[in-house]
Amino acid sequence: MSKISKDQVKHVANLARLAITEEEAEKYSEQLSAIIDFSEQLNELDTSNVKPTTHVLDMKNVVRKDEPKEWISKQDALKNAPDQEGGQFRVPSILD
Amino acid sequence: MSVLDLSIKELQEKLNNKEMTVTDIVQASYDRIKATDGDVQAFLTLNEEQALEQAKALDEEGIDENQFPLFGMPIGIKDNIVTKGLRTTCASQILSNLDDPLYDATVIQKLDQAKAINVGKLNMDEFAMGSSTENSSMKLTRNPWNIDYVPGGSSGGSAAAVAAGQVPFALGSDTGGSVRQPASYCGVVGMKPTYGRVSRFGLVAFASSLDQIGPLTRTVEDNARILEVIAGEDTMDSTSANVDVPKYSEALTGDVSGLKIAVPKEYFREGVDEKIQESVREALKVLEDKGAICEEVSLPHSKYAVATYYMIASSEASANLARFDGVRYGKRSEEANDMMEMFKLSRSEGFGEEVKRRIMLGTFALSSGYYDAYYKKAQQVRTLIKQDFEQIFEEYDVVIGPTAPTTAFKVGEQIDDPLTMYANDIITIPVNLAGVPGISVPCGFHPDNDMPIGLQIIGKHFDESTVYRVAHAYEQATDHHKQKPQLGGAK
Repeated sequence: MSKISKDQVKHVANLARLAITEEEAEKYSEQLSAIIDFSEQLNELDTSNVKPTTHVLDMKNVVRKDEPKEWISKQDALKNAPDQEGGQFRVPSILD
Repeated sequence: MSVLDLSIKELQEKLNNKEMTVTDIVQASYDRIKATDGDVQAFLTLNEEQALEQAKALDEEGIDENQFPLFGMPIGIKDNIVTKGLRTTCASQILSNLDDPLYDATVIQKLDQAKAINVGKLNMDEFAMGSSTENSSMKLTRNPWNIDYVPGGSSGGSAAAVAAGQVPFALGSDTGGSVRQPASYCGVVGMKPTYGRVSRFGLVAFASSLDQIGPLTRTVEDNARILEVIAGEDTMDSTSANVDVPKYSEALTGDVSGLKIAVPKEYFREGVDEKIQESVREALKVLEDKGAICEEVSLPHSKYAVATYYMIASSEASANLARFDGVRYGKRSEEANDMMEMFKLSRSEGFGEEVKRRIMLGTFALSSGYYDAYYKKAQQVRTLIKQDFEQIFEEYDVVIGPTAPTTAFKVGEQIDDPLTMYANDIITIPVNLAGVPGISVPCGFHPDNDMPIGLQIIGKHFDESTVYRVAHAYEQATDHHKQKPQLGGAK
């Protein structure tokens, strides 16, 4: 069965941009393995000729005219920002 | 008898006859919240000052019922629906400082145009992930029927507030049962409309292919009247459907004669409490006595729904929740030295345990080498589950079963075991996977713990009218919806 190792957990945490401790890695390894094991039941079904459902309604692409409209102002958009400067979001350094 | 025990129709008649004012109604709501929310803990944020101002303005305007279908009606809003200028947190620490959101969700704009009054924001499982509202990072909501019990979830605050009579109506959201299951646990009416029926613009996304907003009310008629207002196509949500919205309240004829009801044997199997099965079978008899025809059917892929759901919902959640990064709004970690650390620490500090678990599961299922085995496989099984319903609906008008396999459980009883917690949604999840509408209506009380039981009625795509008609016919033939909990109930 599909045991998810601690190393795999750490890899996934990095992809998900989550910082996890050793203890958390241990816990997620157990819990995710249990959930994945549970989901192995889906393999009882032969789905080789079944189309995946991405959308439940038979809808085609919905388009509208691309017209500029009034929306949130730059000032408003920055209102809830944790940090800002000169009309832009400010973040810590990306490169050393 | 409190004003908050009246229906929309009765309240509007009283407003029309000048027997009461909008201010009376809204004030009664806040009085009840103050008297009972110390026990129930349903509300996260109150909109009191603004709501009373609005009420005063409406009183001065005078009523025009035809023009404004929800004139002066107080309504509570689940805290994952964005309200301009009113704190919206999704019960998460990562949004706990979002005091001044920039826009209103489409449903809020529609309620506003109908002259409803937003009383405040209601507690929920963080980002709508959970079945008991115990995953809220803000407070622990209790079931008004017995405060030792959970209200269900994730719209637990919405269901508890309506059951406690704090507000007559509330909005919730339903991704795998999050309106219907708490409605069942709290003895109120909860509708999950057809996928695409109600705009999701401004509903903080959990699983975009499953999420729908729906009303929680004390009666079926009120529920229908609110859905009439919030439903419809919206240019801001390309998945909202271009399908006419009927007057649902006009479908409530009481006539179910000749109606064909499918009763799936899978909804009465092991794991579904026997007393609940009995209650549901009694409800079916009530409908048969009114001329409906019940037949046992099979939805053979039902047992795969929970596993399918957790793969799809977690995968979509892991993508949707990537937006919470500490850059544009929400909480940013103060410990970070560089950009990557800022993302990771902000998210790890801001998200609770269940949310992180689902982000991890979803990220794993979508990651290179596992996508076909888990995510695609689940989408294929979703097709089979959807086809089960399509086949049944060729011959039947509605599908009926219990809403949940058990009544409400006690606070703390299941919180440590994800898989047990997930099983609470075993009968509601297939409905979201198929995208069809489903309602939960009260159908009695469990003899062992006196907690409410819910009856689930499921319909064809965009046929909420028939679902409401059956729910209403059943409700009118029984007294369950007239029962009120002691706590905050009718005095």
